[in-house]
Amino acid sequence: SFTSFGAEFRRFSLDRHKPGRFEDFYKLVVHTHRISNSDVTIGYADVHGDLLPINNDDNFCKAVSSANPLLRVFIQKREEADHYNFGAGTLSRKKKVLVALRDEGLRRRAHLDISMPHDFRPVSSVIDVDILPETHRRVRLYRHGCEKPLGFYIRDGISVRVTPHGLEKVPGIFISRMVPGGLAESTGLLAVNDEVLEVNGIEVAGKTLDQVTDMMIANSHNLIVTVKPANQRNNVVRGSRAPSSAGQSSDGAGPPAPHVLQNFHPDEVESDEDADIVIEGAAAPPGGLTRTNGTSLVPRRPRDAPLDSSGREGGGLHRMLSALQPDPRHSLVLPRGGVEEHGPALTL
Amino acid sequence: MRRFLRPGHDPARERLKRDLFQFNKTVEHGFPHQPSALGCSASLRILAIGTRSGAVKLYGAPGVEFMGLHQENNAVMQIHFLPGQCQLVTLLDDNSLHLWSLKVKGGVSELQEDESFTLRGPPGAAPSATQITVVLPHSSRELLYLGTEGGNVFVVQLPAFRVLEDRTISTDAVLQRLPEEARHRRVFEMVEALQEHPQDPNQILIGYSRGLIVIWDLQGSRVLCHFLSSQQLENVCWQRDGRLLVSCHSDGSYCQWPVSRDAQQAEPLRSCVPYGPFPCKAITKIFWLTTQQGMPFTIFQGGMPRASYGDRHCISVVHDGQQTAFDFTSRVIDFTVLAEADPAAAFDDPYALVVLAEEELVVIDLQTAGWPPVQLPYLASLHCSAITCSHHVSNIPLKLWERIIAAGSRQNAQFSTMEWPIDGGTSLAPAPPQRDLLLTGHEDGTVRFWDASGVCLRLLYKLSTVRVFLTDTDPSENLSAHGEDEWPPLRKVGSFDPYSDDPRLGIQKIFLCKYSGYLAVAGTAGQVLVLELNDEAAEQAVQQVEADLLQDQEGYRWKGHERLAARSGPVRFEPGFQPFVLVQCQPPAVVTSLALHSEWRLVAFGTSHGFGLFDHQQRRQVFVKCTLHPSDQLALEGPLSRVKSLKKSLRQSFRRMRRSRVSSRKRRPTGPPGEVQEGSAKAERAGLQNMELAPVQRRIEARSAEDSFTGFVRTLYFADTYLRDSSRHCPSLWAGTNGGTVYAFSLRVPPAERRMDEPVRAEQAKEIQLMHRAPIVGILVLDGHSVPLPEPLEVAHDLSKSPDMQGSHQLLVVSEEQFKVFTLPKVSAKLKLKLTALEGSRVRRVGVAHFGSRRAEDYGEYHLAVLTNLGDIQVVSLPLLKPQVRYSCIRREDVSGIASCVFTKYGQGFYLISPSEFERFSLSTKWLVEPRCLVDLAETKNHSRPGNGAGPGKASAPARWVGGGEGLLAGQPQRASVPHPRPAGVLKEVQSTLEGDRG
Repeated sequence: SFTSFGAEFRRFSLDRHKPGRFEDFYKLVVHTHRISNSDVTIGYADVHGDLLPINNDDNFCKAVSSANPLLRVFIQKREEADHYNFGAGTLSRKKKVLVALRDEGLRRRAHLDISMPHDFRPVSSVIDVDILPETHRRVRLYRHGCEKPLGFYIRDGISVRVTPHGLEKVPGIFISRMVPGGLAESTGLLAVNDEVLEVNGIEVAGKTLDQVTDMMIANSHNLIVTVKPANQRNNVVRGSRAPSSAGQSSDGAGPPAPHVLQNFHPDEVESDEDADIVIEGAAAPPGGLTRTNGTSLVPRRPRDAPLDSSGREGGGLHRMLSALQPDPRHSLVLPRGGVEEHGPALTL
Repeated sequence: MRRFLRPGHDPARERLKRDLFQFNKTVEHGFPHQPSALGCSASLRILAIGTRSGAVKLYGAPGVEFMGLHQENNAVMQIHFLPGQCQLVTLLDDNSLHLWSLKVKGGVSELQEDESFTLRGPPGAAPSATQITVVLPHSSRELLYLGTEGGNVFVVQLPAFRVLEDRTISTDAVLQRLPEEARHRRVFEMVEALQEHPQDPNQILIGYSRGLIVIWDLQGSRVLCHFLSSQQLENVCWQRDGRLLVSCHSDGSYCQWPVSRDAQQAEPLRSCVPYGPFPCKAITKIFWLTTQQGMPFTIFQGGMPRASYGDRHCISVVHDGQQTAFDFTSRVIDFTVLAEADPAAAFDDPYALVVLAEEELVVIDLQTAGWPPVQLPYLASLHCSAITCSHHVSNIPLKLWERIIAAGSRQNAQFSTMEWPIDGGTSLAPAPPQRDLLLTGHEDGTVRFWDASGVCLRLLYKLSTVRVFLTDTDPSENLSAHGEDEWPPLRKVGSFDPYSDDPRLGIQKIFLCKYSGYLAVAGTAGQVLVLELNDEAAEQAVQQVEADLLQDQEGYRWKGHERLAARSGPVRFEPGFQPFVLVQCQPPAVVTSLALHSEWRLVAFGTSHGFGLFDHQQRRQVFVKCTLHPSDQLALEGPLSRVKSLKKSLRQSFRRMRRSRVSSRKRRPTGPPGEVQEGSAKAERAGLQNMELAPVQRRIEARSAEDSFTGFVRTLYFADTYLRDSSRHCPSLWAGTNGGTVYAFSLRVPPAERRMDEPVRAEQAKEIQLMHRAPIVGILVLDGHSVPLPEPLEVAHDLSKSPDMQGSHQLLVVSEEQFKVFTLPKVSAKLKLKLTALEGSRVRRVGVAHFGSRRAEDYGEYHLAVLTNLGDIQVVSLPLLKPQVRYSCIRREDVSGIASCVFTKYGQGFYLISPSEFERFSLSTKWLVEPRCLVDLAETKNHSRPGNGAGPGKASAPARWVGGGEGLLAGQPQRASVPHPRPAGVLKEVQSTLEGDRG
């Protein structure tokens, strides 16, 4: 059965610059594992430790180019590989098979595979559509695992409110600029001149620009901004919920939860931020790495494992920490050259 | 996280909170910012200072203080006490008069405003007609004579400020009653002087700016005498017996005029230009005071030779062939002379000169030869060199206290031994519960030790670190270097000296161990000095050690300032704190954190590059740790440009603060006031427009490891705790950085008997990276009972129970954004309180404080006192991190105020409200230091002129203020001099409060 090769590991090499085509790679993999007769899905661990699919030339290329220097590839029988598997945070929960490889020159399968939405890591979502006024939009930006900067600026401005006494001008906070290529811009959910109403459920009315800035930065790991878009034409129309178009920009989370203020589960946010890193002992990386929530991920380095440069003190450690930075809970807490405890893997 | 939004509703807890916490701003220490007026009551023996922001502050005997604030926020131009009453009148620059009185309520006096009044002329009259220039409170106690720019003298009746129109002394009336020959010139214009005859209340003197002086008979409404000077009149003094007038003039001359009804004087008896013959500046005020010995005192302001000394701020004293021009470093606002207050006495016999300069108060003893200055018991100029940092130490052991005072008293040899002459009122405040020291570090490399126990912030001792270094100027040079024959006979007085020889000398961090007398101070150019208190002068070489914080970082070039050059040979140090080790950080960046552990004899220091540990017993470095991120180019190169801009921005913020305080306020009525205002309004509008064109925007970005200055060491902390395993505790050093990293080192300190033989060892045990990466502002370990670990040597001195080493310890890390409690030794997160994410404020200052109960003597709790960047003060509970109370304390725009805040260990705090003033506040119901005092007329009758320390009067009169600190502590002054009188009560109280939380 599948599990029989679940513990099998193979390693081979690929040309980083000419990875070839997916089909060839697929064949190589099934051949190497002698499972040519089964239908399998292939995934890889990206730099953030997320399990992402390899099912066409592009993501194969991306996968190979992200090998650093090792690419960890996971193989699953297609019937077993539920869609839940890919995406952020999957790897630390589920590990099936791991193949370490680097190879070249195989042949492709003439079959085009379209990934399920769940195969992608969410970068943003519109939430609480059902409880907010239609003129408002609550946007959640997922920073973890994302290389992109949040990438926007806010400013002071004047907002017009409807009150019982008529229209009233009040000070407000507005988005003033989007950084090209930033997370905020790439989601398409925020735009210049959108008025910021809340930050993670807390109203910004009465707060200064600096206060709102500080609140956003303090929540930057899981920022939920409620805005009143300057452009009101793309608003969600209540009742005709079409999750694919209005609900989420890039899938990942389920449909908006019906309760107030959340899809934003405090626990989840808390634990996101609780992920402080504690390094025991001197600054050498193999000393051990624990997360502060108690479940320790102590990477054991195989005695004979070839080490990359991360063995150096200080700098290497810092680099490692910064690589881990966005959200180590969902990441492979794995120094380069090290091996994760329960992720069966081989290295050269 | 919701708990913060929902205030607790446990009624018992709410009650306890009310019993523990309360917020009060209790007293302002230091010298009033921008003083603008001086008043003095001879009968009450009270001094009053008015400021440009509309405050009026009264000072009497040490501890007797009052403050009032005019609603208008206008500058106070004049202050006049009403003769024989506890009342005073202030004139503001908006031409309004205000009547204040000291009223006794509940046994203590309170200063309150009773009435206010603006003099109005008839419709259509020029505003100058009623612009008040001089105020004369008449001895009848109910009339005020008001001289105006228009030349008329108006009379108003107190307390209601009723204008008595029929008594107005108009220029026309005076003109008509002048003899023909005096009328031919335009002699009137502004009234410059108004004085009552020293003996006959029916005569007043009116001096007009063009030079005419008349003596006016109030009952007969006629001119008794007139005097015509050829020069513009500045002021007049009437001799005590009324027989002589002395007028001073704009050309730097003064004239004596004999007063006689029979013979009209056309010329002065004597006219003199004291600093002639070359053109001189005006003499703006003059005192002519008689003495029993015969020779009068002539004391006048100004009159210096215009060309060579026109920029000096001088007051000259001339008596019996001696003449001294006291030279002040800042503008003289006003001055007065303290003399015999009894009107029946035959002579003035002046004893003290009180000068209010822009930046300090100076009192000169006129009875002692050489006219030495008198040491101030309050009103100290905190900013004589700009304050760069401060450090508070609560509950100083008596022994150390006495040694510091002894060291300080040797520095005060130049001061007069005269008792403080302004001693009106009685302080009823209870004796301060303990001896507290406030240490301020200054830009010129000095550290000043202030007695902060009570209402009066008094300078005890001044430490200078300058002698350790080679500087361009010799500090001894600027002492009065003038020769005998120099003319004018200038003598520098006062302590205000804003010029620093070298900004690198600036003190940035101070850490004093109150048990051992070890002191560490660190400065702008990476210098860390360890000093020890020595009662004797000593000549010793300071050992120099270099700490290379960059270790092997490559590709680095420091572009900041150079290190200070230290003197190599032995240096003579006066008694007091004497340096023995200089640790020089390399690169010589500003020292950003400092900790001293006197029991282990270790000092830890940090800069923007890293931190180090130094063993000051063996005098060697234990380790250094570089915290710099390799990509942090800004920190690498040295933040010189940033330091500059920071300094600039600080200066600007001070200026902004000043402007905001002065805003909407006209200056002295020199020009048309409307113009200035219009101009500033225009500028403001222009500013607003500019703002709209380019709105301020803020970047929203998560913090990252690549940010600049992440390696900046913000906090250092020593603790004896469970760092590696839960069975053995060991000494440890904790460091927190700007990038949210905490480093923990376990230390091995050899036992006392082998302390010199074995090295101290350190090993990194932990590194914690907080995911939110906010700067770490505080680290603290709580013992098994969740009580903060005691200070080093506290237990050894029986002032604290030993910490609980059985239960598990907890680590509290405070970042700018949140509070977090971790278990030890495992460092797993246990609790947290998010501040920034929820309310957008950041932690600026945090300190542990013990809050005693007001009702239950032995109950108390330890909590965190927190100041945020919005100027709020909060109390956060330990160990559960529950917000308790919140008060708004400092305006959020007042960046320098927020940056200067220090907390005490008993729930009090200080922050700068101006460069020269600390506001004292209290969060505790139990520890409250505030003035409570009584001023009444009956009591002041008993006062006489102050005894002089050298004179025979000293023995009988108990020292009213010298050594007030000790006196206050023990309740009775004489107890303070008893060797080792352990203040058992205080000790017991402290012990009980310390133990209260552990039962």
